[in-house]
Amino acid sequence: MNSYADLLARSKVVICCGTGGVGKTTTSAATAVAAARAGRRAVVVTIDPAKRLADALGLDALDNSPTVIDGPWDGTLAALMLDTKSTFDEVVRRHATDDKQAERILSNRFYRNISGTLSGTQDYMAVEKLAELYDSDEWDVVIVDTPPTRDALAFLEAPKLLARLLDNPIYKIVTASNRGVLRAANKAAQTVLRQLARVVGANVVDEAVAFFQAFEGMEEGFRSRAMATLELMSDDRTAFVLVASPRGDTLLEARYFLERIRNADLDVAAVVINRMLPSVSTSAERAAQLLNEAEGATNRAAAQALADLTAASTDDHARVDELREVAPDALMVRVPLLADDVHDLDGLADIADRLTSTA
Amino acid sequence: MHPKDFFASSRVLIVAGKGGVGKTVTAAAMATAASRTGRSVLLVEVAGRSASAPMFGTDAQGYEQHTAVHEAEGRGSVELRSITPDQALVEWLSGHGFNRLVSRMAKSGLLEVVATATPGIKDLLVLGRIKALEQEGVADLIIVDAPAAGHALGFLRSPAGVRDTARTGTIHRQAVEALEMISDPSRCQVILATIPEETPINELIETSYAIEDEAGVKLGPVVVNGILPDIADLAVPEAHDPTSELHDLQTAAAFRLGRQQLQASQLERLAAELPLAQLRMPQLFGTQITPHELDTLATTLLAEIDRLPEPR
Repeated sequence: MNSYADLLARSKVVICCGTGGVGKTTTSAATAVAAARAGRRAVVVTIDPAKRLADALGLDALDNSPTVIDGPWDGTLAALMLDTKSTFDEVVRRHATDDKQAERILSNRFYRNISGTLSGTQDYMAVEKLAELYDSDEWDVVIVDTPPTRDALAFLEAPKLLARLLDNPIYKIVTASNRGVLRAANKAAQTVLRQLARVVGANVVDEAVAFFQAFEGMEEGFRSRAMATLELMSDDRTAFVLVASPRGDTLLEARYFLERIRNADLDVAAVVINRMLPSVSTSAERAAQLLNEAEGATNRAAAQALADLTAASTDDHARVDELREVAPDALMVRVPLLADDVHDLDGLADIADRLTSTA
Repeated sequence: MHPKDFFASSRVLIVAGKGGVGKTVTAAAMATAASRTGRSVLLVEVAGRSASAPMFGTDAQGYEQHTAVHEAEGRGSVELRSITPDQALVEWLSGHGFNRLVSRMAKSGLLEVVATATPGIKDLLVLGRIKALEQEGVADLIIVDAPAAGHALGFLRSPAGVRDTARTGTIHRQAVEALEMISDPSRCQVILATIPEETPINELIETSYAIEDEAGVKLGPVVVNGILPDIADLAVPEAHDPTSELHDLQTAAAFRLGRQQLQASQLERLAAELPLAQLRMPQLFGTQITPHELDTLATTLLAEIDRLPEPR
């Protein structure tokens, strides 16, 4: 991979990972703009609940299906904001054997907890949405802005989430007892459930049991979908882009992420470092010397500014270089710290330029 | 306000803020500052890996508590420990008659079912552990480095959420007790951290109102990190040769002026839109946080607290 433009040209899926506060949503959107300008049909899935991206794209709001955005490009640009709950509802409807089963699940409180608050559900539904868009054949490239988790790899684990829930003993026992077999196991299950009820309350346990009973018959569909999305993650034309900033703690997270993704036998195609300070050729030592020698208030002020900048930027660049050691094959893209937040399409186009101009 | 009074006004300070705003540094600097007013401090991290131990120059801590700053003349100790949500859940269940089953349950995924059935249970149990530590009086002050990102609100909302989901059972009582702690300002306050930039400030304002309205928690002053000192008489020098030192001076001066203006307008906006006192912390240039930096930050923090008006 020689450039970010190359990466975009050959990828069908681009997954932007990273911790919060590093400009991941903006990078994802700018990546989509760059793809559209290269003539591709690009859709970006954002999870940022703030209206910022919608505003920048010139829209009142984004919803759970793609909205096409007009602009000066040959391709197509579309964006959507992931609605975890409606996406999960759609998945349930798709896998349910009939409407009745779907309704039983959708109205269950345990299900509403899963779809609303279970940690990892947002990741799981982002993956689901990604697969849905990929399968539709309406898009050349699907770009996903992953939820800000401390562990960026949570996104990769997401497809396994429900499979794991379905593998748990309560599920097996409840569905088995429904069929009237495994009576001994059923008795043990009752003991466990009674104990659980004492701790978390009987209503909670009843709802959970009702959910698992309602779910019976759907698990195969869920499981095979999970496997298919996992395969998509390791496809040659799926690119992981790690977004980071040069501040110490986020670089530490980035390094941790790179190590983990390597252990998972996946490659990071590019590392985008946002918020780089301007680089100057004057060294920190020389700047300190200039400050020492400066005469007059304005000269001293400028020298102070240069001394502060070199002290900070030398360190930033050094730390980014260190990151390269962990990801020797990844493309390194540095985006300068911008004076303002991105407020419109021009701002996104500007970042798209900066991403693709990196050789 | 005298720093001694500030750090004696609540027994628990929860430091929250989105990623990249220096939340962990803020919590560590708060702990250092409080210890310098003579209070003994327990700094609790709720994420898995320790980020603050290296700042104190000690080894990364596990679940067990360890001392980062020793007690000295006029100075309290700082102890570090972490409480992870998963550990809190296992501990809590084993403390409630699930001893034999717990390890098997953890392996079999049953724990996930319990956690799913009762959203917020893990967060609640972390708060529950903190409440227990507060009641035991393990330290004069407990400072919590809260979960990052939008998770802070979920963390603080968890007691009310669990109270409403699990309407009976032991966990219900636990939720009610945790709620009592976080909604009592003499026991618990939340300190939000941010940086003087547009998006972090917007999110801070939204989070503040949500925390007060939905979680019923009292907010202490806001900590604004990464403040660049204004350089007096700064102007952009003329430079025509792009390879000259003068050109670098020009780049640096223009960049700095832009940042200073941005910062001033953001601070002004924050003050206009959020009626909370601000504690302004300096930008640290190109350094990893060491005990020396932590001490410098604590000194600034103490001076900033001293500037706060006396509470009514």
